[in-house]
Amino acid sequence: MSQAEVKPPPPVVEMHDVSITFGAVRALDGVSLRLLPGEVHALMGENGAGKSTLIKALTGVYTIDAGRVRIDGVETQFATPAAAQRAGISTVYQEVNLVPNLTVAENMLLGRERHRFGRLGPIDRRDMNRRAAASLQSLGIDVDPGSELGSHPIAVQQLVAIARAVDTDARVLILDEPTSSLDADEVARLFDVMRRLREQGTAIVFVSHFLDQVFEIADRMTILRNGRVVGERLVAETTQLELVQLMIGRDLQVLERLDQAAHEATEEAAEQRLPVLSALGLGRKGSLEATDLTLYPGEVVGIAGLLGSGRTELARLLFGADAPDTGELTVKGSSGRRLRSPRHAIDRKLAFCSEDRKAEGVFEELSVADNMLLGLQASRGWLRPIPTATRSALVKEFMAALDVRPADSSLPMRSLSGGNQQKVLLARWLITEPDVLLLDEPTRGIDIGAKTQIQQLVADLAEKGMSVVFISAELEEVLRLSHRLVVLKDRRKIAERPNRGIDINDVLEIITGEPGGVAEKERADA
Amino acid sequence: MSTQVATAEAGFLARVSRFSPPRRYLPVLGTFALFIGMFGVGGIRYDGFADPQVFLTLLLDNGFLIVLAVGMTFVILTGGIDLSVGSNVALSTLIAARTLEVGWPVAAVIGVVLLSGTLLGTAMGLLIHYFDIQPFIATLAGMFLARGLCYLISVESIPIEDGTFKTIAFGSITLPGGYYLGWTAVFALAVVAVAAYVLSSTRFGRTVYALGGSESSALLMGLPVAATKVGVYAISGLCAALGGLLFALYTLSGYSLHAVGMELDAIAAVVIGGTLLTGGRGFVVGSLLGVLVLGTIQTFISFDGTLSSWWTRISIGVLVLVFVVAQRVLTRR
Ligand SMILES: Nc1ncnc2c1ncn2[C@@H]1O[C@H](COP(=O)(O)OP(=O)(O)OP(=O)(O)O)[C@@H](O)[C@H]1O
Ligand SMILES: [Mg+2]
Repeated sequence: MSQAEVKPPPPVVEMHDVSITFGAVRALDGVSLRLLPGEVHALMGENGAGKSTLIKALTGVYTIDAGRVRIDGVETQFATPAAAQRAGISTVYQEVNLVPNLTVAENMLLGRERHRFGRLGPIDRRDMNRRAAASLQSLGIDVDPGSELGSHPIAVQQLVAIARAVDTDARVLILDEPTSSLDADEVARLFDVMRRLREQGTAIVFVSHFLDQVFEIADRMTILRNGRVVGERLVAETTQLELVQLMIGRDLQVLERLDQAAHEATEEAAEQRLPVLSALGLGRKGSLEATDLTLYPGEVVGIAGLLGSGRTELARLLFGADAPDTGELTVKGSSGRRLRSPRHAIDRKLAFCSEDRKAEGVFEELSVADNMLLGLQASRGWLRPIPTATRSALVKEFMAALDVRPADSSLPMRSLSGGNQQKVLLARWLITEPDVLLLDEPTRGIDIGAKTQIQQLVADLAEKGMSVVFISAELEEVLRLSHRLVVLKDRRKIAERPNRGIDINDVLEIITGEPGGVAEKERADA
Repeated sequence: MSTQVATAEAGFLARVSRFSPPRRYLPVLGTFALFIGMFGVGGIRYDGFADPQVFLTLLLDNGFLIVLAVGMTFVILTGGIDLSVGSNVALSTLIAARTLEVGWPVAAVIGVVLLSGTLLGTAMGLLIHYFDIQPFIATLAGMFLARGLCYLISVESIPIEDGTFKTIAFGSITLPGGYYLGWTAVFALAVVAVAAYVLSSTRFGRTVYALGGSESSALLMGLPVAATKVGVYAISGLCAALGGLLFALYTLSGYSLHAVGMELDAIAAVVIGGTLLTGGRGFVVGSLLGVLVLGTIQTFISFDGTLSSWWTRISIGVLVLVFVVAQRVLTRR
């Protein structure tokens, strides 16, 4: 503490030596954190390091076992998230924590709505929709505030959650992986909002596994590993390499492996074989215009496109989760039967890892092992249980392959960190050994180390003959993995080409325009 | 490809078929259509069925059930269930009859009945929320408790002789055309109106829906989860007490064997009214329609004369099943 410098303003939040234990797991072990007004403070760490737990300890979701929390110098322990909100701490928790059956506007303003004719009058819906629309606008989202939240894709829901939190004049704003399913554009707009709030003196906590984002926006960071603080740094004085080392406590193997994966993916897949899946004019009103797509064994097809371009919709149509209005979908050429339902698709050895893990994937009360084996069990039919020995062998293999932590498959799913839950879901579909694997944002919320592992795994599986449809908001990742690239825009396929010498700028160019060039190239490819 | 066929006959039919009400109203509209349809069929088959007085009497005969169903709607919207309301009704009739018997003033009688019903509901709500007991179990216990308390008060039926009660019971308002609507029915409709307002336009009401959507999310959103959850059971208890008063007026007696199984009728009405048992979706108006559908079935059977009364039960069973299946289909995307 040098006294020559300008004295920093007193911290709004000080957490000192905070510990939390879940059963045998020590999620937080003497963690300290201080947040200064007018700073963006990044909370860094691998999956399961304790970031979300620390946030929940601060905001009254969990009761701390030991330690002190001071808000403005006054010792406080919030009993409920509502109490934290009243004290000016506004939080976007990991995963979308809103209610799907209410409207977008209600989700943003419930609890802060205005009434007509005084306090006892009815909720003023008109005013609510107007306010909601205004604050959605500032985040650049164009949705009808009167529509049901559940009818929107996850990214929009995530933005609504952010809008809800930002809309209060909070002194502390906490964002736990707010960008995990956002595109570059939305991230940029979110950062604008964050910068504005920072100037107004808000203390912002930011969690993300995207290092570039952290280095762009954050001022200071606290790094966690296994529930302990391993460092507090100024971002300006730290390199990405140092950060990664701190986070994983190991060497730079991770980054090396990243490069390796990139090389392998550029190899070509043989396209002369029979297609495993072909969609002809597959479309559905309001979600996707008629689209052709052919998938050959052993190839990874990357789907690129902005939010709302129809990425998820395409996957859902291919899997049969939504019924198409038009077109034919043929799986494995031979039978030519249309897929009528997800069940049908599973039988045909299709697997779909949905982006909406909270609503469609995770069974919180079941154990990790059960969650992993669910897909396999469903494909075998419920009358043929999986032999115990096979079960434990499979679970063990995939726990290790995906590095699920803690490595105890009997824990209930809800006790895993967000990133680790995602790994389990991936394992669920990998275990079924599908011919076609549809991955919608499979690395959402997964730390860089594990991300490389997963990308590697996907590449390996493709090498062994599995076809993969890979959807991600992260263009780098799509480009790194896929053999062929399909670009969607405005719910329509606008380009398809082999992934040869294409970089991010090329993709963005395709998406944003240059119509002449694109159309010509496309014709040449066809 | 088939669009050409559709555009060819762009007449009234096409416009009708293109009109699609928001999905969330479909179940209620379905129930409404069912109700109208049943009345239509009844009117064609039986003399006097289509008389508006039949409908008004339906409201009178089912006033207590309407009020119960309203309370049940709040609970079911949060994803819970309340099995205690039938017993709560019986207890309320007995408390009313006994306190009137010993000469309490009517206002005090009503006060104590409402208070005891609400207390029972609140107690169950507290158990459910703070001790994390399943609603099914907690209210099952409440059901036995209330029924047991009935026997403690009196094993025999106690008649109600009080003048005020009788006036209310037989009182009615006259509508144009010489039709009349009993006061208790008017009261039940007022309860529906108040509940509809609370659910659609107050913070409490919207929080009820939020709880049904996702309780953990509602908590993280900073909504008053505890107060709302306990609140819906308190409301259900209050509605049961109100229903009990209406039932006491209807039968002019208090009896420990009143309203056995009525909680199931209330649940059936709510389900037929289109409210999702998993919570988060539904309207009180639907529950009102649900009760009316159940009542119409009974009216059918009494008009027919040749059908035995167990046909009521069978048709209710079938209807509940049909509606649950229909909801499944509708809510699937
Ligand atoms: N409710 C719970 N019950 C038991 N253990 C839990 C619970 N919540 C978290 N844990 C454990 O606490 C540790 C920290 O989890 P936390 O969710 O804070 O991780 P995280 O840093 O947010 O990771 P991620 O990047 O994957 O979101 C993990 O080992 C996790 O398994
Ligand atoms: Mg987390």
